Amino acid sequence: MNGAQDLGGQMGFGPVQPEPNEPIFHAEWEKRVLAINVAAGAMGGWTIDGIRAARESLPPAQYLSSSYYEIWLAGLHKILVEKGFVTPEELQQGKPLAPAKTPKRVLKGDEVAAVLRRGFPYEREAEAPARFAVGDVVRTRVMHPQHHTRLPRYARGKRGVIERITGCHVFPDTGAQGLPETAQWLYTVVFTGPELWGPDADPTSSVSIEAWESYLEPA
Amino acid sequence: MSGHHHHDHDHDNHFTPIEARVKALESLMVGKGYVDPAALDAIIDTYETKIGPRNGARVVARAWVDPDFAARLKADGTAAVAELGFGGRGGEHTVACFNTPEEHNLIVCTLCSCYPWPLLGLPPVWYKSPPYRAKAVIDPRGTLADFGLTLPEGQRIRVWDSTAETRFLVIPMRPAGTEGWSEDKLASIVNRDSMIGTGLPRVEDADRGTTS
Repeated sequence: MNGAQDLGGQMGFGPVQPEPNEPIFHAEWEKRVLAINVAAGAMGGWTIDGIRAARESLPPAQYLSSSYYEIWLAGLHKILVEKGFVTPEELQQGKPLAPAKTPKRVLKGDEVAAVLRRGFPYEREAEAPARFAVGDVVRTRVMHPQHHTRLPRYARGKRGVIERITGCHVFPDTGAQGLPETAQWLYTVVFTGPELWGPDADPTSSVSIEAWESYLEPA
Repeated sequence: MSGHHHHDHDHDNHFTPIEARVKALESLMVGKGYVDPAALDAIIDTYETKIGPRNGARVVARAWVDPDFAARLKADGTAAVAELGFGGRGGEHTVACFNTPEEHNLIVCTLCSCYPWPLLGLPPVWYKSPPYRAKAVIDPRGTLADFGLTLPEGQRIRVWDSTAETRFLVIPMRPAGTEGWSEDKLASIVNRDSMIGTGLPRVEDADRGTTS
């Protein structure tokens, strides 16, 4: 969806402001939000794109005025309710009021190191050969779905070149909607600066995105 | 209301609104049996003490001293960093982007905050914030200027937007004046920003042990 998260090319935010000697966390609660997010995700109740979609659907003014861990907290509240794990009243009161849903798994303390080390690989067996080859010229589709997508607005309807075939990866747009998992070929597609931003753009700059096959058509 | 209750109530009020919301969520998640408190502590410990930019610095230093490793890193980043014991959540699919005299690489995630966790740890606030995510793709040289970095005349700039589960690690060029250095000493000059592309290794940092 064309939410506040789709920031590429927007203006008016001012310069990037790196913080010297930045601590890993700025408050104790940030640590808890990180950990609850990771542990809750391990329940298997949603995909990585499902939680991204929950964050992206926050009202734009809220998204842009929240810190990242505040966005994570709000997104987690939202998806926990949507998926039926908790009720808004429970979140309000901080205690169980309704029977628990049975998660696919509960991450135990002694499993954390192994689970984090293994991760959650997104590559899948391909059912068909890749449609595009390295060097092919492609055009990204123009589309504005209501649902989650990983094709940023600035790179829609643009002509680019396939630089690399990453593999056949889990497709975010459907997974985020809770639909059964599907996978598509994933490509690195490179665009020139002027193709994306017009003739005044720096001709010595280029930008790549990772694009699933259905985002692309031959040019 | 008993004095004891009164005390508890005062104590609760020491929390800011966000602290109270996070405490409520944690109590609820634990109470419903969804999360194990020991897992929360283990996750925090991992990202606070075990995983950070020193991991990525080891990959870069190895690539500088071992051309065969560099070639493997270029061909299959995920497999090569696994040789050093790195990989997993937030870095399941790793691509190494080698800087050259002709081209400098810059990593961003315009849509959220994708970042190679196993190699660099958790991202800094600026990486997740609107100014960087908005500006890196449309004005990469202006973005570098915000970090005080100006590229040499004639060096192109390539921006990688992390729109999938692929994670990118910039491999900066080895600075002059580091000939004969040990891998450890080389790793000590590879800072976090040089592996995102918003900085360069700093020879003057050698052996100070800082990688942030």
